[in-house]
Amino acid sequence: MGNDKMPKKNPLSAQINLSKFNSFMFEKASDEEKRQQDVMSESTTFFKDGMRKLFKNPLAVGSIVVLGLILITIIVAPMIVPYHYEEILSVDGVRDKGAKNLAPFTYSKLEQQYIDNGGYRFPHIFGTDEQCRDYFVRVVYGTRVSLIVGFFASIIVLFLGMLYGSISGYLGGKVDLIMMRIVDVIYSLPDMLIIILLSVVLQTILNFSPGSLLASLGTNMISLFIVFGLLYWVGMARLIRGQILSIKQNEYILAAKSIGAPTGMIIKRHILPNCLSVIIISTALQIPSAIFTESYLSFVGLGVQAPMPSLGSLANAARGGLQSYPYKLMFPALAICLIVLSFNLLGDGLRDAFDPKLKK
Amino acid sequence: MSKTPLVEVKNLKQYFPIKTGLFKTEMLKAVDDVSFYINEGETLGLVGESGCGKTTVGRTLLHLYEPTAGEILYEGTPVTEKNIFSMRKKMQMVFQDPYSSLDPRMTVEDIIGEPLDVHKLYSSRGERREKILHLMELVGLNAEHATRYAHEFSGGQRQRIGIARALAVDPKFIVCDEPVSALDVSIQAQVINMFEELQEKLGVAYLFIAHDLLVVHHISKRIAVMYMGKIVETGTADDVNYNSIHPYTCSLMSAVPIPDPDYIRGRKRIVLEGDVPSPLHMPSGCPFRTRCNHACEKCAEAMPPLTDRGNGHMVACWVK
Repeated sequence: MGNDKMPKKNPLSAQINLSKFNSFMFEKASDEEKRQQDVMSESTTFFKDGMRKLFKNPLAVGSIVVLGLILITIIVAPMIVPYHYEEILSVDGVRDKGAKNLAPFTYSKLEQQYIDNGGYRFPHIFGTDEQCRDYFVRVVYGTRVSLIVGFFASIIVLFLGMLYGSISGYLGGKVDLIMMRIVDVIYSLPDMLIIILLSVVLQTILNFSPGSLLASLGTNMISLFIVFGLLYWVGMARLIRGQILSIKQNEYILAAKSIGAPTGMIIKRHILPNCLSVIIISTALQIPSAIFTESYLSFVGLGVQAPMPSLGSLANAARGGLQSYPYKLMFPALAICLIVLSFNLLGDGLRDAFDPKLKK
Repeated sequence: MSKTPLVEVKNLKQYFPIKTGLFKTEMLKAVDDVSFYINEGETLGLVGESGCGKTTVGRTLLHLYEPTAGEILYEGTPVTEKNIFSMRKKMQMVFQDPYSSLDPRMTVEDIIGEPLDVHKLYSSRGERREKILHLMELVGLNAEHATRYAHEFSGGQRQRIGIARALAVDPKFIVCDEPVSALDVSIQAQVINMFEELQEKLGVAYLFIAHDLLVVHHISKRIAVMYMGKIVETGTADDVNYNSIHPYTCSLMSAVPIPDPDYIRGRKRIVLEGDVPSPLHMPSGCPFRTRCNHACEKCAEAMPPLTDRGNGHMVACWVK
């Protein structure tokens, strides 16, 4: 080899001074050996490590798959199925009065006639409801609404809880004391009562122009979000405060202070990334609880407004004909179960993968 | 002493309120009336047993705690809450525990770059990276370590990262808070040699806090010995080590392990009786009198002042 010069010793390095040796005393590492070094020193980050563990957990992977399938269905199905969730079925512009409470994959008389004449009707996968609407599309839209509510409510909860909890935990002392007493007060409010009261009050206050997105969501839905924003963040705030209290004790926070880093930067750069795993896990567990609350409220008639479906209101509507059409309760109930169960299992999987205290 | 010292501490007091009852708070006197100075490019060793207030002195110096009383002067200017941000460019700190003093979610590059970010010491990303690589080279780390996370390093390497972070703002003075006590002996030697080389190269001054007397003697020009928040003896490293006067220093020195069996056999160890008194209930007068072999009545009456015993060797003792 041309360059058999020994590498120069860094004056501060603890390495052996190689200039004392001759180059022929050494043997060049083969490519094989070099590769071994590479493999050994592969850098793993906390995130990569957690992901690897998560994908080893069959329950977590299963729930990811189920959630993925549900997500694809609710995005793709409305594009394929030619019916709309509030559309009353009609054949050739004539209202199909016979298409009431059809069983899955059956056609009404009018539709059957139409098909026999060489026309094409998309099958009613879940049948139809008592107002002659395609039930599959309604369940798909209901799942959409439920998932959207779950996500947005969790994001509201996460945002408020994170802001409040991190300030309270970081500042500590009297500020913490007062902020946490406020949390205690909010914690003791009966949430269902507040939701019912708010949806009544907001109905008169909020006057959306008809046709807008907010109006189609309905005041009940808005009040549901407001209630999540007002009440449900306290659990998250407490959790994050507790995390921050323990992270604050670490010397690297003191080191950041001694550098002169401002409080906001310390929270953003050091504290929040270090309680990120807890935040992810509790958000993943917050989503099913929000979906559940929404379904429950829709079931008792305080959720989304008709004709917009939600899983809870579909289940409620199916209650009436339970004796004759049990499958109509089964579909939305099954969807709720699958979503809530998958999110809970995923949350558990995330906790096992990311919580450093559970490391084996 | 005509020149103003780089850092001067005058009558520094740091009390912490401790809740002892429902409505009762007592003051824990962690640091009580401590004065010392450090010249440019010089090392002052600060020794004492656990809980005597060494670390508190170091942290108060950087205003990580608001001092209860007393003054900290940097080149004659008092360090206050107002100018502390600019002072942090001149005074930095290396922490004791290399495992908890580095953020586990940050790469080495970001850890070392953080002081640069805070004080906006670069104009472009390229300059930032260049500075970081230079610092890493200075403390003997490879450039390819930059994208690694702190947990991938050994204790000694982690401490080097901590040192590089402290050096990032190009300080004149670094508080080293027991920087080697968490390391293996062999690594300790490397890190201490690095501290010395950095001092030669960059002319930084250190306040070197440790409880290992040999380490402190090796690195320091002068040594101050603390006992229960007070400095009981200070002087040149050799004076404090070989001609120690204060009974507490004498007993400390007699406990230093020396790898020479013949010498150890002939040495008389001064074993202290009893425990360190609670800092909440300090004994009257000299805090050391409860464990001192030479204690007399005068010791209970008042705290002895530091008096010069020649060559700047100051001792706070009535008897000796």
